Amino acid sequence: MEDNQCFHCGDPCGSTPIHFQEKQFCCNGCKTVFEIFSENDLTSYYDLQKSPGAIPTEIEEKYDFLDQASIVQKLTEFQDDDIEIVTLYIPHIHCSSCIWILENLNKLNPSISNSQVNFGKKTVRVTYSAKNTSLKELVLLLSRIGYEPYISLEDYSSSEKHINRSLIYKLGVAGFAFGNIMFLSFPEYFEVNEYWLEQYKHFFRWLMFSLSLPVVFYSAQDYFISAFKGLRAKLLNIDVPIALGITVLFLRSTIDIMFDLGSGFFDSLSGLVFFLLVGKFFQQKTYDFLSFERDYKSYFPIAITKINKDNTEESIPVYKIEQGDRLLIRNEELIPVDGILIKGEGAIDYSFVTGESHHVAKHSGDKLFAGGKQKGGVLEIQALKSVEQSYLTQLWSNDIFSKNKEEGFTNITNAISKHFTIAILTIALIATSFWLYADISKAMNVFTAVLIIACPCAIALSAPFTFGNMLRIFGKLKFYIKNVGALEQLSKINTIVFDKTGTLTSNSNHTSYVGEPLNTKEELVLKNTLRGSNHPLSRSLYELLQSNDIISLDHFAEHTGKGIESSFKGIDLKIGSANFVGQAQEQTITNTVVHISSNNEYKGHFAFYNNYRKGVSGLFKRLWKQFELIVLSGDNDSERDNLQKLLPAKTKLIFNQKPDDKLEFIKYHQSEGSKVLMVGDGLNDAGALAQSDVGIAISDNVNVFSPACDAILDACKLNQLDSYLWASRKAIDIIKWSFVFSFFYNVIGLYFAVTGQLEPVIAAILMPLSSISIVVFTTVCTNMLVRKLK
Amino acid sequence: MSVIYILLSISIIVAIAFFIIFILAVKSGQYDDGYTPSVRMLFEDELVKKSTKQSINTNTDKLH
Repeated sequence: MEDNQCFHCGDPCGSTPIHFQEKQFCCNGCKTVFEIFSENDLTSYYDLQKSPGAIPTEIEEKYDFLDQASIVQKLTEFQDDDIEIVTLYIPHIHCSSCIWILENLNKLNPSISNSQVNFGKKTVRVTYSAKNTSLKELVLLLSRIGYEPYISLEDYSSSEKHINRSLIYKLGVAGFAFGNIMFLSFPEYFEVNEYWLEQYKHFFRWLMFSLSLPVVFYSAQDYFISAFKGLRAKLLNIDVPIALGITVLFLRSTIDIMFDLGSGFFDSLSGLVFFLLVGKFFQQKTYDFLSFERDYKSYFPIAITKINKDNTEESIPVYKIEQGDRLLIRNEELIPVDGILIKGEGAIDYSFVTGESHHVAKHSGDKLFAGGKQKGGVLEIQALKSVEQSYLTQLWSNDIFSKNKEEGFTNITNAISKHFTIAILTIALIATSFWLYADISKAMNVFTAVLIIACPCAIALSAPFTFGNMLRIFGKLKFYIKNVGALEQLSKINTIVFDKTGTLTSNSNHTSYVGEPLNTKEELVLKNTLRGSNHPLSRSLYELLQSNDIISLDHFAEHTGKGIESSFKGIDLKIGSANFVGQAQEQTITNTVVHISSNNEYKGHFAFYNNYRKGVSGLFKRLWKQFELIVLSGDNDSERDNLQKLLPAKTKLIFNQKPDDKLEFIKYHQSEGSKVLMVGDGLNDAGALAQSDVGIAISDNVNVFSPACDAILDACKLNQLDSYLWASRKAIDIIKWSFVFSFFYNVIGLYFAVTGQLEPVIAAILMPLSSISIVVFTTVCTNMLVRKLK
Repeated sequence: MSVIYILLSISIIVAIAFFIIFILAVKSGQYDDGYTPSVRMLFEDELVKKSTKQSINTNTDKLH
């Protein structure tokens, strides 16, 4: 196989490779790309990575809509008389060669002045001169070299994205102040009553004071805002004691240096804010290449070809499609609205929507639903509805898509914070009232010291570091979770709902042949007959059969809706429905079947099966003791028997569920107090994924599209779902243990505080020590947990 | 000992200078993409080597 690989894309070349410059290529497309590169001195492309390319796609008029100035204006991020800047998403970007070639685009088109790749996001930002070239030419150039950009309706409607870097700034300010204040406060830790120090300490202290100002008023502002919001909603969230601690630290330190009572706690103050922000930064793990917010707009095209009354073609934005418009759908184009097929043979791929991998054959007069992709010839359809009112897109008008899941759920840190805050305030009051009697001069000192030392830095860090680390570990194991909130919700799940098609079943088909075996000659004819047909079933069957030599058939005829007829050297083959090949229909078979007869003699049939993913049965057997399991399918119940055999008896099987039915079903279960995990894949699950407490999208290739969800799981890891659930619950245990840890530190600190001996140096040691040991503890524990996962 | 004022102001100025550089770096988008630059960095040499080789090739082509 090794030496039979295409030099450009690495695919096997088959029996007839194309030779060019002592290299072999699988198709003319790949050869053309190589020619383009070698003419322009760009063959380093192949040195960086072996066979990095992709077969260029045939595009023709697909990008005609880019001629329209209004659409170009929406897509570009900058436009003036000459210069235009555009950022294009290119799914094929996967290696260093890709970066190299895309950043050398100016060698292929001199009007391109600059192009910069963001590998993580798989985007390229191109600056070009609009006088000499156009966006359309740029897109065509990219497509020609195998880097076809993906332009969807989402690009059209989205406004300019603003990157929020404020956390990095805040972290920078806090870190800067923390470091400098540490240096300035060091002398006073150890040299007490030294002559020079006495001389200059005021200068040092006021310097520290000024350095701490941006920390309190800029870096820590989120904590004040959040605490204020919490108090207004009558919630004692974790930010309340933090904000209280910061305020007291700052006021007490300022008063201390003002009246020369001490050196103040500026070092602890800036350290505290710095550590808290590090925790915040750490839990903010993002997967640039994944998007958890997709709706149908990410799948739908921007423009579509409309056929006017006078038979001229015009490209119009999809939002302008009106009922009754006649539209042209080409090969690989998506049907944007519900419509009726007027002309052409449809082979519609609904895998985006349902997860079903078989193409559905449609004939003129049939109704087509939006969301399917045409695979084959050109179609003409008449629109029945506009884009927003189509069967599928209507789902997004449900309220659930505008709701924020984060709200209305108390996380573990805030849950404990309520008790913590009350306890601390009580201790502070008791200690103060004791000192009011014992030594009134120390009362204020003790009150503030308690609030300072009890500032729950370690508690606030436990969850971010544990969950943040789990998030990264899960990411390495191909389970990508949107944020720490979703991870925490995952640990509380008690009901799991699975979609069937595309989730429990895999996208690869398998067939079995029943009947009299075909001889080699018949097989050869069969394969070549299927090759000539564009019917979806022929295509699937063709791909599943072993490859044979290519022959030219003597006779070939396709009968729409019935089957194919062909002959070669005395073998007459009929492939198609039972009636067509002359066999009475068998009623018992519910699967999709292709019958075959040779020389009018019935041979047998190929039956297509949905393959269940590896380990599904084992997964259910491990899960059913702890969780309520439900399979929710949009299909009819032909698979019921199979599923019952495969899955534990307690599993509920529910069929014929429309997208909104799924959503309502989950809503109903939640109203009964269940915490529901939804596992789905297609756009038709989008509602259920949004409604559920945690929605996991299963994806065969995480780089391609999955609907909006809380987590994306690589399909090959589905059978590990139970261990991920187990690990997420263990993570909660780790957090509880680290709470115990930080209480231990608090008790030590409180001893100093209550007895009135809290020196700045003790606070400066205790606070970083507790924070760092919590970080170490959670990191070590989560990593140990992972060892058990594998 | 009043030299301490000068020394301290110098140290603070240096620290602030670094801090400003950091802010500028963040602002320019350096921290937005943590991967691509690491690969891009390695291209420069390949490019030069390749282009000289190519030019030799074309020269020999002309000789033929």
